[in-house]
Amino acid sequence: MYTMLGVGTFTALQGCKMKNAETVVSGNAAAKSYVAPGKYDEFYNFVSGGFSGQVAVYGLPSGRLLKVIPVFSVFPENGYGYSEETKPMLNTTAGEVPWDDQHHLTISLTNGEQDGRWLFANANNTPRVARIDLTTFKTVEILQLPNSAGNHSSPYLTENTEYVIAGTRFSVPVGDQDVPISSFKENFKSTVSFISVDKEHGNMDIAFQVVLPGMDLDLSRGGKGPSHDWFFFSTYNTEQAHTLLEVNASEKDKDFIVAMNWKKIEEYVKSGKGKKMQVEYAHNKHNEETHQATSEIEKEVIVLDHSELKDMIYMIPCPKSPHGCDVDPTGQYIVGSGKLAALIPVFSFDKLTKAIGAKDFEGEYHGIPVLKYESVLHGEVKKPGLGPLHTEFDGKGFGYTSMFLSSEIVKWNIETLEVVDRVPTYYSIGHLCIPGGDTKKPWGKYVIAYNKITKDRYLPTGPELAQSAQIYDISGDKMELILDFPTIGEPHYAQGIAASVIKDKSVKIYDISKNRHEYVTMGEAKAKVVRTGNRVDIYMTAIRSHLAPDNIEGVYVGDEVYFHVTNLEQDWDVPHGFAIKNNPNAELLIMPGETSTLKFVPQKAGMYPFYCTDFCSALHQEMQGYLRVSPKGSNVPLRFGTGESAPGVAAK
Amino acid sequence: MKLTKFGKVSVVLIILFLATLWKFPMWDIQLGAPQYPGGLSMQIWINDLSGDVEVINGLNHYIGMKTIHKEDFKEFVYLPLTMMIFMGLGLVVILLNRKKFYYIWTGIFVIIGLMSFYDFYRWLYAYGHDLDPAAPLKVPGMSYQPPLLGYKKMLNFEVMSQPHIGGWFYIAAGVLMVFVCFYEWKKSKTLIK
Repeated sequence: MYTMLGVGTFTALQGCKMKNAETVVSGNAAAKSYVAPGKYDEFYNFVSGGFSGQVAVYGLPSGRLLKVIPVFSVFPENGYGYSEETKPMLNTTAGEVPWDDQHHLTISLTNGEQDGRWLFANANNTPRVARIDLTTFKTVEILQLPNSAGNHSSPYLTENTEYVIAGTRFSVPVGDQDVPISSFKENFKSTVSFISVDKEHGNMDIAFQVVLPGMDLDLSRGGKGPSHDWFFFSTYNTEQAHTLLEVNASEKDKDFIVAMNWKKIEEYVKSGKGKKMQVEYAHNKHNEETHQATSEIEKEVIVLDHSELKDMIYMIPCPKSPHGCDVDPTGQYIVGSGKLAALIPVFSFDKLTKAIGAKDFEGEYHGIPVLKYESVLHGEVKKPGLGPLHTEFDGKGFGYTSMFLSSEIVKWNIETLEVVDRVPTYYSIGHLCIPGGDTKKPWGKYVIAYNKITKDRYLPTGPELAQSAQIYDISGDKMELILDFPTIGEPHYAQGIAASVIKDKSVKIYDISKNRHEYVTMGEAKAKVVRTGNRVDIYMTAIRSHLAPDNIEGVYVGDEVYFHVTNLEQDWDVPHGFAIKNNPNAELLIMPGETSTLKFVPQKAGMYPFYCTDFCSALHQEMQGYLRVSPKGSNVPLRFGTGESAPGVAAK
Repeated sequence: MKLTKFGKVSVVLIILFLATLWKFPMWDIQLGAPQYPGGLSMQIWINDLSGDVEVINGLNHYIGMKTIHKEDFKEFVYLPLTMMIFMGLGLVVILLNRKKFYYIWTGIFVIIGLMSFYDFYRWLYAYGHDLDPAAPLKVPGMSYQPPLLGYKKMLNFEVMSQPHIGGWFYIAAGVLMVFVCFYEWKKSKTLIK
């Protein structure tokens, strides 16, 4: 009785409080996201790492972190960016840039569908595009972009991965001349780089660059189906402000979506047009046979000014600083998301071509025809929520738009433009992802929200908190929250793909008979130490459970010591690690059949133990050795060996 | 006394059965352990080894077992030669067309078979017992002789040893031969009556 009264009073008191944002999770949510131990997830989810510079791979629907792929940032955990083989990957014309801000990802496409061969990633800060091989989950190529700053509307693809397209968020003077910042309107330009992709090997090259009037190219998407030949970019700061953009770039009621006919531009370039410009940019490639990356500085790029591209570029007015610019699976609708607008405009590709044919222009923007808003508009989604950012599609006729300010996902009908459902996100959603939701063939089963703020969602960890993701089941009419998990770095855009497309192509080991590394050691009998001046090359092998040689003497202070470690194992999941005391560099993780090199320059005489850092076997702890470093000028002879061949050990 | 028609046909069949030894492995040894979810296996052919031999060698160094190399087995030269001669003798049996030679032929097969199994057992015994005294892992009283046929648990490994397709044909050849011998013998007795 008292209890009942107590509960009644408590409820009454609660009723006076403001509602807080507790999650509403329905009964079987746990079952929907539960992947039993030993079972596989249905999808891979590749998620950008934002300021971490890396890419994270999660399983869906479990949210389990499967791997962190090092891309633009050094990764001491496995030696990426520290080993002699991987150092060239992070080389740029500004020297080694060992970090970046990684925002967007796209899986390679064939006929507008994910083919699961490569994953492209952008570096926002020091403009670069990386290619990750999805058989090894390894970064195999990084291409720097000249005439670019703030590589944000990147890397988005044409329908058959003909091009990776990379537009600039920051306008800068093309050709790097020294001009006053206030001369923005005359001197600052936006550029769009068209990066061709080799059909067989995936190798990237800058085919040409299109120079546009100074503005901020925010996001972009390739057309598909009927709009195959086109590419679309959202823009802001068409006011051309160079200071206090918060106010000065929000003046105009409408900015633009740039519609570019890349097919026509390609033909124009093929006819020999375009100006060759002397520039410098780094092109870094990893070779899977030599296990070695190389960095080359390329010197030339073909540049086209928008003024020579008549009938190839048009502007579509779009309300209030559009952010997302997304094309639906049919290729018919282009969704602009004005992040300060109270509606979502949806443009029709058919109307766009008709308006262009009828020259239905309302004016020009620096010589580029501006189409009439109404003549291109399919319709507006009214009152969708606040702060629309990005839209993904389920392939069943619905769009799902993230709302940053009102922290929600809104589902709407593409044809009728009616909002049919909305769910809260926790909190402040940025991007969202439906596996394949940006392609011709979405796997419309889940939508994942990537959030900027977590506040009270998890146990507190001091002032710095994790960002998060939430998975919603969208197989029914209503979106249903089924899981919430923290992420590494700050997730921006992500890609999801059915596991079946890539899992069976995953490489297990590197075939040692195909190892063409310059310093490979083909078998323990060939392990040796070679001195050339003050350079010492150690040809070392690793196999369960010893390193050979494991005793090395005759190395002096100041020598440049290179440990070239070859993992002789040919069995799946038997990597070896390598680390040496006081090395200011990093450690190595060496996969079966691979050779990796760690440089060590001892600063003091002494005994330096080295060992395997990856628990490889029952005798992993015994996998260790010594490097004796003697004072410079002493005459300790160079001696090395393992077991009976070790210096000072008499053969039995 | 002459061979029956069935007897003659059986010789051809047996030769065909034995020819499968060049197409399929004779024996299959499977190993399973928790950290090898897909299992490991090794196939023994009349003239070769296949499967995860290198991986198995890598593991066996812990217990000091000798590494397995194709070159160590002279059998891979002698056995194919023996079998080819034996198959040739089959043709001779048809030509001579005498029951007596069929019995002798069968006898030779039984001897080859027994010797082969004894040889196989000897190898398994040697690998299982001739261990490096300096091996990292020594379990007192433990030997690692894989079973000739059937299942055995050794430390963290489960081992299953059984005939492969070629082996089954080899066994079938032997069974058929012995059966035909009885058949021929029976026939000859009824004729005498």
